[in-house]
Amino acid sequence: MWTWFYRLASPPFVYRVAAAASPWLLAAAAAAIGYGVIDGLAFAPRDYQQGDAFRIIYVHAPAAWLSLFSYTIMAVAGAIALIWRIKVGYAVAAATAPIGASFTLLALVTGSLWGRPMWGTYWAWDPRLTSELILLFLYVGVMSLRPAFEDPARGDRAAALLAIVGVVNVPIIHYSVQWWNSLHQGPTVAKLAKPEMPGSMLWPLLSMLLGFMLFYGAVLCIRLRAEVLNRERLSAWVREAVKS
Amino acid sequence: MSAGVDVGVWRALGLVLERELLLSFRRPDQLLQPLVFFLIVTTLFPLGLSVQLSLLREMAPGVLWVSALLASLLSLDSLFKSDADDGTLEQLALSGQGLVVIVVAKTLAHWLVSGASLVLLAPLVGTALAIPVGAFGTMLASLALGTLTLSWLGAIGAGLTVGLKRGNVILSLIVLPLAMPLLIFGAGATDRAISGTSTGGALYLLGALCVLTCTLAPFAASAALRITLE
Repeated sequence: MWTWFYRLASPPFVYRVAAAASPWLLAAAAAAIGYGVIDGLAFAPRDYQQGDAFRIIYVHAPAAWLSLFSYTIMAVAGAIALIWRIKVGYAVAAATAPIGASFTLLALVTGSLWGRPMWGTYWAWDPRLTSELILLFLYVGVMSLRPAFEDPARGDRAAALLAIVGVVNVPIIHYSVQWWNSLHQGPTVAKLAKPEMPGSMLWPLLSMLLGFMLFYGAVLCIRLRAEVLNRERLSAWVREAVKS
Repeated sequence: MSAGVDVGVWRALGLVLERELLLSFRRPDQLLQPLVFFLIVTTLFPLGLSVQLSLLREMAPGVLWVSALLASLLSLDSLFKSDADDGTLEQLALSGQGLVVIVVAKTLAHWLVSGASLVLLAPLVGTALAIPVGAFGTMLASLALGTLTLSWLGAIGAGLTVGLKRGNVILSLIVLPLAMPLLIFGAGATDRAISGTSTGGALYLLGALCVLTCTLAPFAASAALRITLE
């Protein structure tokens, strides 16, 4: 009954699917980000309080969202790999970690650039900023644990376990720093029922969010191919794939 | 190997705990070094910041907690290491008792040796940092809960890094971010006790974290050991 599941997760199949999907994902990401950038930067109305500076949200919010999203993907892929012994899961986790860390860094940098004109400071020890920073540390921990093992299979499993422990801890860290003190504005888009944002501002943001996710998917496919090739470099199908 | 005498879970727990404590007290230098480290680090802060007692009192909870985290981390590296190096850990894992029992015993022993002795030393450091005596109760309670939680978190980290050459650095890198809520609630509770406001909330949260790690961390740590030992 589960054989289709395992075939789906076989390295050659994943390699081919990733190769086929990445150009489409990349094109769709370019379209969504292109629309979001043009509409968001040029046509969306100025914020009555923040002026044009609010426009950094079109990069900041999707990056922050993706930073959490890719951590979840990393942990779920690691859990799938640990539980069902599916090797591709480790490859997905390994391919996701640097992407997620980059999104986290991007969210921190854009946030601090926005904070300078708005709050008058590049950095404040605010809950959201602090938990995002801790998220970056968690990524760094996972990324430095994996290569520390001489046996790559062991490094994979150890990193997967650490990512899972981190997932349990992320909400705790988030709420602990939230109760610690607060300056950041509350969520505006998360309330799907009634966004506190006019449509002319919201549509480019949603388009950017979609574009970032597609871009993440495209980069993941490209990195995943490289990971799979490297991990399976001694197998026959890789030799065939590289030759042709 | 697994066909040995079945001694039962509690007896096995007691035996491993007894062995760990005996080993620690046979090596008093290893026992004392983290405590001396704790004293030295807390001395660094007044030297580096200010010797004004009013200013120190404001800094004291943070200083105390950061030093305690670092000192506790220092001894975590050896939690499984020496036993893994000489093969004892593999024998324990093959003994027929679940690895969880062994992890629980070793972690409790680690806490009794490092965490509890830090708690005993805290009034001395607290006095030096001008924490009022009225706040000592909260300070000790928060440190006791916090160091126990840290021992559990550290057991996961130590289990993951036991076979590594530069394990110590990576251990700090992975455990400290996970321990940040402890610092927030622990230092927060002590801070509130000094300023005389209600400390219940922070202490309850520390207790909740402690219960959470007590129940989940043994399984995570033994899974980690199984990955690195195999």
